[in-house]
Amino acid sequence: MSGAAGIIRAAPAEPCQPWPRHHLLGEEWQAMAAALGEAGAPSLLALWADAARVYALLHDAPASAWLVASTSVEDGRYRALSPHRPAAAWFERMIRDLWGHDAEGGRDGRPWLEHGRWPVIAPLSPRPVPRLSPAAPASFLPVEGEDYHQIPVGPVHAGIIEPGHFRFSALGETVVRLEIRLGWLHKGTLGLMRGKSPRAAARFAARLSGDSTVAHSVAFARAAEAATLTEAPPRAIALRAAMTELERVANHLGDCGAIAGDAAFMFLPARFGWHREALLRAAAVAFGHRLMMDAVVPGGVAADIVPGGAEAILRALAALEEELPELTRIYGDYATLADRLVGTGVVTPSLVAAFAAGGFVGRAAGRAFDLRRSPGYPPYDRLAFEVPLLAEGDVDARVRLRLTEIGESLRLLRALLADLPEGGVSVPLPQAAGEAIGWAEGFRGDIWHWLRLEGGQIAAVFMRDPSWLQWPLLEAAIGGNIVADFPLCNKSFNCSYSGVDL
Amino acid sequence: MVWRRVLATLRHGPATQPPVRPDEATTKRLAERLEAAAQRALGRSLAIRQVDAGSCNGCELEIHMLGSIVYDLERFGLRFVASPRHADVLLVTGPLTLNMQEALRRTFEATPDPKWVVAVGDCAIDGGVFKGSYAVAGGVEAALTVDLVIRGCPPTPAQLLAGLRALVEAHAGGGTGERATISRADIRPR
Repeated sequence: MSGAAGIIRAAPAEPCQPWPRHHLLGEEWQAMAAALGEAGAPSLLALWADAARVYALLHDAPASAWLVASTSVEDGRYRALSPHRPAAAWFERMIRDLWGHDAEGGRDGRPWLEHGRWPVIAPLSPRPVPRLSPAAPASFLPVEGEDYHQIPVGPVHAGIIEPGHFRFSALGETVVRLEIRLGWLHKGTLGLMRGKSPRAAARFAARLSGDSTVAHSVAFARAAEAATLTEAPPRAIALRAAMTELERVANHLGDCGAIAGDAAFMFLPARFGWHREALLRAAAVAFGHRLMMDAVVPGGVAADIVPGGAEAILRALAALEEELPELTRIYGDYATLADRLVGTGVVTPSLVAAFAAGGFVGRAAGRAFDLRRSPGYPPYDRLAFEVPLLAEGDVDARVRLRLTEIGESLRLLRALLADLPEGGVSVPLPQAAGEAIGWAEGFRGDIWHWLRLEGGQIAAVFMRDPSWLQWPLLEAAIGGNIVADFPLCNKSFNCSYSGVDL
Repeated sequence: MVWRRVLATLRHGPATQPPVRPDEATTKRLAERLEAAAQRALGRSLAIRQVDAGSCNGCELEIHMLGSIVYDLERFGLRFVASPRHADVLLVTGPLTLNMQEALRRTFEATPDPKWVVAVGDCAIDGGVFKGSYAVAGGVEAALTVDLVIRGCPPTPAQLLAGLRALVEAHAGGGTGERATISRADIRPR
């Protein structure tokens, strides 16, 4: 057992489903932070807060243990984790902007979501303070040396994508440093969810990141169900998984096509786009909405699959299954594609491990991590599927990994739709109090939701999109590449802007 | 192999679907507001600049599908451009976050006259589910005069196409309306 895990386990446990939360004194938290710098220490998956406490979710992979730690905020401060775990820096900046808690000794004290535009400071704190003066202009990390130039891009980009600011420091064509500034999409989602029933708040979980609406809804529903000690009916659980896999395939198709399109190989986006559209139409037939938004609710699913819905999905799957091998071969055969994608945007296994980056970003660089496998959740525990793994960590590996995942999801979909359990599709949640963590493996990676219910209403909530731990690696992956390859790198990560802007 | 693809295409015909009909009433109302000069200058073609002003990215996913071979937006004279300086239409999504307000205003100012503002999705109309948050202005109208709204969460590509085609038809038909008296045209999903 590593030092950090031992420190956490020694602290008194408080009820939290499915893993107890250990509440650490200030000095214990500080010791845990220092121990996170040791080799083999647990990976940090999320760091968040409420009005009085800061929380951390950690994964001790060798022991297959999931640890929840918290500490009280004293005089508006808590000990920072970022000196020992760089991945904590963005979370600490977010916590300061939303709740006003300062990370003592943190590596980066600059505002993050806060751009000086909100009427109040620390909007989620018990007593937000009115903002009286405009915020200072954003500052960026310095680059020293001769002949460097900077390229500021965004927040409004050239394509149909979300807003963010990319500050490139380049030496000729070569990127020396990329710094990403987000927060443009901050909608105050966490604040809107407080005081609402899980059923009402689910609409916000479904709109944290539209491309992962199903997966986020599943993670949120599972957290709400765990907090109230409720179980969704087996049929609902199978339908949720079918929707999750449908969402995964649709997103993989869209992104793999878009990456090939960025390398000016238009045949693949044409064919992948065709199949994506067919799947979305089948989803609309089966579940009443092309993206299946609001189809998953706490307690089950909003409605049963319509008669003929499974057949509509299977028809779309059959067409894709028939063409996918040829499309995969074409992707691999064309030298023009390989020239742009192989060896581009490499992220190393050590960085992936240090940031605990999930999804295809991690799995394309050797990190075997998939929540459907571990800690696992129904119905995946009774289904057979492969989790593909590659080592190269470049744009090409991320595309190939996703093409392989499409095949696995198609098999899962067939197995799920062929054997849907009978029975109802939702149960009401009791008006209970409780604290819980829910998770789901979305197309982008591991999604974690934490919430605390009081009297059947949400008292505090946090939703961690996989992008939190992937965006910082994009900054690393582009280093040494040419500026013109940034769109390829960015699309191959396809991090969510809305998902982290909250 | 390429020849196999060519043969398959010949056998199956083009992978597309019949055009979606624009809403006639909306077309008429938009046409009435169009400046004749704009019609002479732009004809049957509109360049679109999409701006995400706080969307969850659901609207962007469906706007993307307009460019797929299934909807093939460009056959209607509509195309997405990379800069607001090349645009006739701003296609704005999201509840308009306060953090995006200035960026949206600057994008609008960078777009040459004559120009249209289309609010896409329920959020862009009045803030949608995010209405009342400390961080959103509550719809595009809080910052810009909106010429056309396309409802939906998100609107389907067919709904988007019906709205955008109404805009093109209005251009082609000409008109003499004053921008200052523009009232909201409303494309509702059928």
